[in-house]
Amino acid sequence: MSRRGFRKLKNGLFLGLSMVATAAGLAALGAILFTLITHGLAGLSPRLFTQMTPVPNSAQPGGLLNAIFGSAVMTAIGILVGGPIGVLAGTYLSEYGRNSRLSTAVRFINDVLLSAPSIIIGLFIYEIVVVPMGHFSALAGAFSLAVLAIPVTLRTTEDMLNLVPAGMKDSSAALGAHPWRTTISILYPAARSGIVTGLLLAVARISGETAPLLFTALNKQFWSTNLAEPMANLPVVIFQFALSPYAEWQQLAWAGALLITVTILVLSVAARMLLAVLYRQSGGGR
Amino acid sequence: MDGELGPLGAEPATRSIPLTVAIIDPRHAAKQQIYERLFRAATLSAAVLVLLILGGVALSLLQGAWPALHRFGLHFVTSEVWNPVTDKFGALAAIYGTLVTSAIAMAIAVPAGFGIALFLTELCPPVLKRPIGVAVELLAAVPSIIFGIWGLFVLAPVLQRHVQPWLIEHLGPLPAVGRLFQGPPFGIGILTAGIVLAIMVLPFIAATMRDVFDTVPAMLKESGYGLGATTWEVIWNVVVPHSRAGIVGGVMLGLGRALGETMAVTFVIGNAHRISVSLLAPGTTISSAIANEFTEAVGDLYTSSLIALGLLLFLITFSVIAAAQAMLRRLERRALTSI
Repeated sequence: MSRRGFRKLKNGLFLGLSMVATAAGLAALGAILFTLITHGLAGLSPRLFTQMTPVPNSAQPGGLLNAIFGSAVMTAIGILVGGPIGVLAGTYLSEYGRNSRLSTAVRFINDVLLSAPSIIIGLFIYEIVVVPMGHFSALAGAFSLAVLAIPVTLRTTEDMLNLVPAGMKDSSAALGAHPWRTTISILYPAARSGIVTGLLLAVARISGETAPLLFTALNKQFWSTNLAEPMANLPVVIFQFALSPYAEWQQLAWAGALLITVTILVLSVAARMLLAVLYRQSGGGR
Repeated sequence: MDGELGPLGAEPATRSIPLTVAIIDPRHAAKQQIYERLFRAATLSAAVLVLLILGGVALSLLQGAWPALHRFGLHFVTSEVWNPVTDKFGALAAIYGTLVTSAIAMAIAVPAGFGIALFLTELCPPVLKRPIGVAVELLAAVPSIIFGIWGLFVLAPVLQRHVQPWLIEHLGPLPAVGRLFQGPPFGIGILTAGIVLAIMVLPFIAATMRDVFDTVPAMLKESGYGLGATTWEVIWNVVVPHSRAGIVGGVMLGLGRALGETMAVTFVIGNAHRISVSLLAPGTTISSAIANEFTEAVGDLYTSSLIALGLLLFLITFSVIAAAQAMLRRLERRALTSI
């Protein structure tokens, strides 16, 4: 074969392989969504939202009401605690200590925390909240989610504040406004949709977390609104029911898995759309 | 957004700063000073908190792991025995499982991620670029427990019925390599966990590599084409050398995820504390051992040994992720200075 022919063959081979890889990746996503939808829809019924998780050998088929409630409560507390911390820290990095040594360190550690295994965060909260309290609690679960929400919010907040044109900040300063005033009245409104995006991404990230909840919030079969006690939550219920021997329980696990995934995908798509709008309005970003 | 104002509209400024007051009234100026100090202190403490969290994680794990480390010393990482009944704990099987499953995952996900990134940056028709990119990123948003339940109920049976028998029949008799593919097809096990992990980390690796490939200046690529290179030759000789640090950074970021991933593995690993040569046998990993056993652990030494496992995982993933971040950062700086 001529040298030219060989080069063309090699080109075609590798480009073909790259298309195969893309097709395989998309097929994996498709396969996962397909199974989720077929298995999940079969278990979807109004009783998911009206009945508690079942106990063994009961006549009631049961639902997921307490688990959905618990997940919502813990995710809400998680983002209410972690979100503001992330936004404030992001503000510091962007507005006060942009090039200071502290900021460099915080940025680096934050990126490490962003990809750190969540099970480690669970162990951390177990050591500092569960052990002193003496028992598992919804509050501990919420704290572990808060710790996981911080890095996501911090990162997006800093990026979004950096996108605000310097001229706006300078104008505010020239009018005599202190930095805090500029931040609250100019920067936050200007970067609002970006910061909201970060919060949405953080909610998406923490609402599916399972590992840290296993030894912080644990699980509970009944309705509970007491934050100082263990509380049911969707991920742990999915984990336990999927591995249970009962077909009805596995069915509930699939339905729960579908609920969580749809919630997270909707949140992620919403965040992405917000971001696209923002970039278009700020002239295509940097 | 509220139609009449762009997101970057400066209208609130003129509305809410009582400037003249600030100039005339010294009391108001003093008040502004106090607010400024408070706000600065609040943002600063939030930033410092991030550092404290990492320090707290390290200290609390060390404290929790101390009884086990004190009791077993170096034996903890060299012993394969994990026996709650006799209170003997060694982490070797878990470390082995963690490393092998991650290695399988990287062996699959790195070439596949490279292919996807290559397709997205060089080959993809512009119309498809965004939808496929978004699909890959959505794959990254799917929580790990979904991969776990899918791996257990869908992937494992398929592997058990179709793939593993073939592996045992055709690769099993081979010398040396064959030992990796012997034994009964359980469906679940090290190999299955590795494959599920590969699917999980694939979007991270693909997305990072795509971003890195995008930073290669068009001028360099055009020069390659101008010399008559094929697309592949431009990629292999121009794009890859230019983005080597980023590629390694992306791969290590994916590796960090794979090493620490918990739920996806816990479903399909089989949870057996032993080291088997065969990849088809059940095993355990650090994270899945913690997830499976922590709430059932009785006795302080058992709990402490599980936390010691957590400490090991923390040290391993921390160094991998930190190295990855350092590399990506260096690349970012270089990209900035080259503009």
